[in-house]
Amino acid sequence: MSLIAENIRVSYGPREALRGVDLTAAPGEVTAIVGPNGSGKSTLLGAITASLPFRGRVRLNGRDIAAMKPWDLAAKRAVLPQASRLAFPFKVIEVVRLGLQSGTAGDRPEVPMQALARVGLAHYANRTFQELSGGEAQRVMLARVLCQVWAPVEDGQPRWLLLDEPVSSLDIAHQLQVMAIARDFARAGGGVIAVMHDLNLTALFSDRVAVLAEGQCLAFGTPPEVLTDETLSRAYGCALRVSAPPPAGVPYILPHAATA
Amino acid sequence: MSALCDVEAPPCDPLARARALHWLLAGGLALAAMASLQVGAVDVSLSAMLAKLVQGEALSQMERVVLLDIRLPRLAMGVLVGAALAVSGAAMQGLFRNPLADPGIVGVGAGAGLGAILAIVLGAFLPVWVIDLTGNQLTPFAAFLGGWGSTILLYRVSTRHGRTSVATMLLAGIALGALAGALSGILVYIADDQQLRDLTFWGLGSLAGASWAKVLSAGPLIVLSVGAALMLGRGLNGLALGEATAAHIGIDVQRMKSIAILAVAGATGAAVAVSGGIGFIGIVVPHLLRLASGPDHRALLLNSALLGATLLILADVIARVVIAPAELPIGIVTAVLGAPVFLWILLKRRGLVEL
Ligand SMILES: Nc1ncnc2c1ncn2[C@@H]1O[C@H](COP(=O)(O)OP(=O)(O)OP(=O)(O)O)[C@@H](O)[C@H]1O
Ligand SMILES: [Mg+2]
Repeated sequence: MSLIAENIRVSYGPREALRGVDLTAAPGEVTAIVGPNGSGKSTLLGAITASLPFRGRVRLNGRDIAAMKPWDLAAKRAVLPQASRLAFPFKVIEVVRLGLQSGTAGDRPEVPMQALARVGLAHYANRTFQELSGGEAQRVMLARVLCQVWAPVEDGQPRWLLLDEPVSSLDIAHQLQVMAIARDFARAGGGVIAVMHDLNLTALFSDRVAVLAEGQCLAFGTPPEVLTDETLSRAYGCALRVSAPPPAGVPYILPHAATA
Repeated sequence: MSALCDVEAPPCDPLARARALHWLLAGGLALAAMASLQVGAVDVSLSAMLAKLVQGEALSQMERVVLLDIRLPRLAMGVLVGAALAVSGAAMQGLFRNPLADPGIVGVGAGAGLGAILAIVLGAFLPVWVIDLTGNQLTPFAAFLGGWGSTILLYRVSTRHGRTSVATMLLAGIALGALAGALSGILVYIADDQQLRDLTFWGLGSLAGASWAKVLSAGPLIVLSVGAALMLGRGLNGLALGEATAAHIGIDVQRMKSIAILAVAGATGAAVAVSGGIGFIGIVVPHLLRLASGPDHRALLLNSALLGATLLILADVIARVVIAPAELPIGIVTAVLGAPVFLWILLKRRGLVEL
């Protein structure tokens, strides 16, 4: 009952964007994918969601996704894209309800409002989606995605949230709120895969981290195992230092605050 | 749009409102249909005939002919053509995610036009048995084949590895339109005066040639195509989020595209074949309805069918009475009335017209 991607290869024309990536995500956990721009994070998510042609195999709860129908997949996993544009002036609540029609909460009309409340936008239900700010729009899209897999476990099977940079345009309070939503979904038995750029949030909220660089998986493991000076410096190509605050009771002074 | 829903109120249900509009529009269509039966060049009125029927008097021969063989098929054709054009417009706009798309984009117009011109200019050179085969309806027949053929060609060109690229279709449609225009130009060049007149009137559209034969030949295809298009509401809503997201929420995007394109080609092709080129309905009607009751395609498609039929019938009534006993081409009426209304809406709504 996991999400297992094996030896994923994707080429855009002659260029290989993914060169044999393996990823295993377990239900009950938040799995983060980090890596520099262009390292293939969105491409990997695209393969896992069957939205682009790839070689290799992806199994979702034990079934090969290549053999699953769109509506079958839609009942088991929901996808938040990195960016979304809406073509017509739909109301916010209508956009959220789009998640309802494909999921299995179809007979529960109260779910969209609950999902909007969960992202802190209940009073936005009747606004026109195209008039929202970037961060508001992103949270509405998250509400739509939550609607689609409202129950983290169904028929004894975990359901999956696949999020591409869910906090990229959010303020710090909403970054924390959205990451907490993802973690709660996992704690309730669902699975979460999130593409992340913020390494601190990744360390705070994820259970596993995969580091991608140049289309390959550089490291995979728990945050303390993976978020090391060496791995990060190699992945991002710049000198990075990982620090941990000292244990409680020990005073420590950050030099940032010093004035000359 | 904000007048529709109060921002602070509990969540609104635009779909329910849009569905309530079905009844209003159906009522409007019924009234327009009665007006269409009532009015005409010959002084025979529906009300007088109904009064006769109620009193148990028999209708005169002339009344019978006017009502049953002239006005009724004309009404039926107006309903079919109006619904076909408006629903096709709404479906194309949803598919291309653009409120300016119209059925012309899939090449129906250009192909049908070329077909019609070929038939008008070169029809005389065809052996008689071919013309007999089409029941003396060579022009509509050729227009339909031209429209359908060009859509299939466009669809082929823009489908690679089982995926249709809507953007390619748009560009290829422009190229095909230019080609068809050039070929038509050559034919216009060699046409004689009478043929030129026929061509011009064909291009302006008319329901004047309505007959039960035409209704019966175009009707089934239009009903089938419009019916198929009406099923696309859920999928087109999903497509508003983009093709990838539509697939993520469980829509079989490729299947939906194929159905939409074939339905539009069928409905528009048949409509253009029997009525010529009637503009504006396909763009104005869905746009008006989106302003009035929101963009939810589950209601928009049926509402478009109803309003499209109503407006076309009314335009036809106007076309019949303005210069009676002669008739205006209906395309002139839809453009003369439709364009200013459309401009007025655009001006009033400036800033709110989201593309
Ligand atoms: N549609 C495409 N056609 C061609 N090349 C592409 C396409 N999409 C992505 N690429 C290339 O594939 C590589 C991986 O892209 P991808 O979008 O997966 O990166 P990413 O890790 O998500 O980056 P970011 O952090 O900027 O979102 C990049 O080099 C990109 O230029
Ligand atoms: Mg990306």
